[in-house]
Amino acid sequence: MNMNIWLKRIRPNAGSWSQNIVMLTMTAALLIAILLPLGELVMKAVTDQEGGFVGLAHFANYFSTPALVASLWNSIKVSTMTTFIAVTLGFGFAYALERSGIQGKWFFRSVALLPLFAPSMLHGLALIYLFGNQGLISTGFFGLLPELRIPLYGPVGIVFSEVLFTFPQAYLMLAVALKSADYRLYEAAESLGASKWRTFWTVTVPGTKFTLISTVFVCFVLTFTDFGAPKVVGGQYNVLATDLYKQVIGQQNMQMGAAVGVLLLIPAVVSFVVDRISQRKQSGWLSAKSTPYRIEGNRRRDALFYALCSAVSAIILGIFLVAVYGSLVKVWPYSLSISFSRYEGLFEGAGPFANSLIISLGTAIIGTLATFMLAYLIEKSRACPVVRHTSYFLSMLPLALPGLVLGLIYVFFFNNPNQPLNGLYGTVWIVILCNIVHFYSVSFLTMTSSLKKLDSEFEAASESMNVPWYQALLRVTVPLSLPTILEIFIYFFINSMVTVSAVIFLYAPDLKPASVAIVNLEDSGDIAPAAAMSTIIILTNLLVRTVIMGLSGKLRKRTEGLLLRKEG
Amino acid sequence: MKPGYLSLRGIAKHFGKQTALQDIHLDIKKHEFICLLGPSGCGKTTLLRILAGLEKADRGKLEISGKDITAVPAGKRNFGMMFQSYALFPNLSVGENIAYGLRNRLSKSQIADRVEELLGLVELGEQRHKVPAQLSGGQQQRVALARALAFSPDCLLLDEPLSALDAKVRVKLRREICRLHRQFGMTTIMVTHDQEEALTMADRIVVMNKSRIIQVGTPNEVYENPRTPFVADFIGAVNFIGMDKNKHGGAALAIRPENVQLVREDHEKGKQGVVRELEYRGAHYRLVAELLGMKDAPLQQFVVIDVPAESMISLKIRMNQKIFFAFPPEHVIQFDSTADLAAAQ
Repeated sequence: MNMNIWLKRIRPNAGSWSQNIVMLTMTAALLIAILLPLGELVMKAVTDQEGGFVGLAHFANYFSTPALVASLWNSIKVSTMTTFIAVTLGFGFAYALERSGIQGKWFFRSVALLPLFAPSMLHGLALIYLFGNQGLISTGFFGLLPELRIPLYGPVGIVFSEVLFTFPQAYLMLAVALKSADYRLYEAAESLGASKWRTFWTVTVPGTKFTLISTVFVCFVLTFTDFGAPKVVGGQYNVLATDLYKQVIGQQNMQMGAAVGVLLLIPAVVSFVVDRISQRKQSGWLSAKSTPYRIEGNRRRDALFYALCSAVSAIILGIFLVAVYGSLVKVWPYSLSISFSRYEGLFEGAGPFANSLIISLGTAIIGTLATFMLAYLIEKSRACPVVRHTSYFLSMLPLALPGLVLGLIYVFFFNNPNQPLNGLYGTVWIVILCNIVHFYSVSFLTMTSSLKKLDSEFEAASESMNVPWYQALLRVTVPLSLPTILEIFIYFFINSMVTVSAVIFLYAPDLKPASVAIVNLEDSGDIAPAAAMSTIIILTNLLVRTVIMGLSGKLRKRTEGLLLRKEG
Repeated sequence: MKPGYLSLRGIAKHFGKQTALQDIHLDIKKHEFICLLGPSGCGKTTLLRILAGLEKADRGKLEISGKDITAVPAGKRNFGMMFQSYALFPNLSVGENIAYGLRNRLSKSQIADRVEELLGLVELGEQRHKVPAQLSGGQQQRVALARALAFSPDCLLLDEPLSALDAKVRVKLRREICRLHRQFGMTTIMVTHDQEEALTMADRIVVMNKSRIIQVGTPNEVYENPRTPFVADFIGAVNFIGMDKNKHGGAALAIRPENVQLVREDHEKGKQGVVRELEYRGAHYRLVAELLGMKDAPLQQFVVIDVPAESMISLKIRMNQKIFFAFPPEHVIQFDSTADLAAAQ
């Protein structure tokens, strides 16, 4: 598209020139960071190495290679299994925390969210410590108990570790849906004489139906496109994600890589569309008049859910503790004395951990700034609607981009000598840019919904008093949005610390991030150092979150107090 | 008509396919208090926002004392605007809110003096360090008013300023706005959907419907001589009582409930009806009577009549009782056109 046309179109509605320039620049950045690389993927998938058009030849080639078709099936199988288990557990857990009267909800909730702070390889590492050849459970606690061996390497290990990986997501989504019930419907059902069971199927399930559908898709896509777990515990069991890695990094077959990338993209795009539709449909269920759900006493129900939550929490905590224990043991399984030798040297200035910190801080700072500005301009500015709608669409697009595909398209797009931005390739900046885009959409949605709560007339009021938009932004909008800004900062930071899927294609050899280091260590059999590195990442994430939430807790309360609206 | 202080010439505005305003011509005198009155969606708020410069008109011209300001941005118009939601900045104190627009115009000490003066004016001196969430709705409204007045605007624009308040506070603030208007004499344009507000406050009322101006006039003119059935129906209650067949093309006739006269049985122009509904309204009763035809057959036509409470007692009117009434000719309203009769009903 031609920029000049846009500039002319904007004129009649121009709120302010400076605002329009910022808006246009940021939209152009989105275009370059998201849309153009995606176009490159599609181009690569239908052309040969010389750039000639070959149509669907790569796909035909893919589907006529039995080994590759097998991994597609494998991917679908493990994803379906994982989704079924994770969504069932997530629903049960969310129901227990939102709809039952059990004790210790705070504890259960914290444990359920713990996996979000860890790289997805951690679960695999812990499983090796438990069920591997020398595992704690396989050897019956080194001979104390009878041996219990399961075929860990393969689908069992993948599903187990993917369930741990997707469970917090499923729980979070379903908890929101179960929390926002309209109690009047339950009262109506009761007064009409419906049994509890019938009420569950006629009120609870329909009320959460769309979120449930979305959750199923999200879990499926997360598993379908995850790289960490199959890499660690997949063994000889190939899935699409590991295939992609082998095609691109191992065989340097970019064209076939692109074809696999497109295949990975399909469920993600479907999930994206389904989620958009669900969001719209689900929103009609609540009105301002809805009354919150009231939990009635019921001993048997509570006992049942307490057992479920305890079991799930015990497994999650067990996994984490085993990984930490493994990292502290001197030589597993021969010398079980505790030693911190694995942690020595981890904090060195040029080590992977330091690299990860730099990358994550960079991502968090730049990402938060960019997200806030874009959300603000799209939501609050009066810039040309065409530009704003384009930006909004581009802001939602990364939701449909799995990390692996994102990494891949960045390789295609930036690793090209003819490309003016080629200079970014191989620097820390491309990793930061890729992380920002990877985690941008969720942050953008969070920021937008927070901005929507502010009176839309603030900007008009400032304008009518002849106060420039950036002054109103700094004096009013930023202070009122600060709690959400900090939340986004944490989100960017934590995810950049744990992500591996996108950056594995992009990191420069001298700037290897910790999460990639874990994959490499595990690859060469160094399980314990990998576990130590994972532990450090978790601790860092927990620390950053605790400190920032501690700071913003007061701020949030104060801001909420300011935004209270008094009637009359 | 000679152009006024503030003059709107052929303003039109569309939002996509929807027409918000068409062919708006209006002249406003200096120091005048104008109310834009109409049902929701009639375009009155859009018109106010165009005046403020917050929306751009698609067509038409806007002049202030002969100077074209159609393309002047909101901040440079020197118009004070008060928003329906007040749009008070929640994180700034009352004092800071009032000083907000002065920052770039005055020195620090001047700002302090001005804020002091305005706080006195709206009687909020005590509250200057509080944030909006700590104030009542009425107090918030006064802060918003003080903020809009802070830089002595040429024009004060009020967007439904009283709609979020409860009835008692509303009446009090109505007087307050009128007092400030008398004191400073700034040209004031207020949007409202409340006919009582418009009748009590305005020098002139601009009645709008379906993106057009229907009638402009003093409250008395608009009430006594509504130009169309819509205006008659929107401002106050009205009975449509048939057509005048003597006039060419036919003219609709109407009468206000308080002007219907109860008469004795033998009155020459008396009509008869049966009381079908009876509503107590404090100072008066509102009756709905069904007209009776020959041999007391109900006609399915209804007339609303307001009767003072004391007459009700002296006439001993009950439900389903037969009554006699007349339409005094001097109170019958005639409309030139019957075009929007259907729309009104």
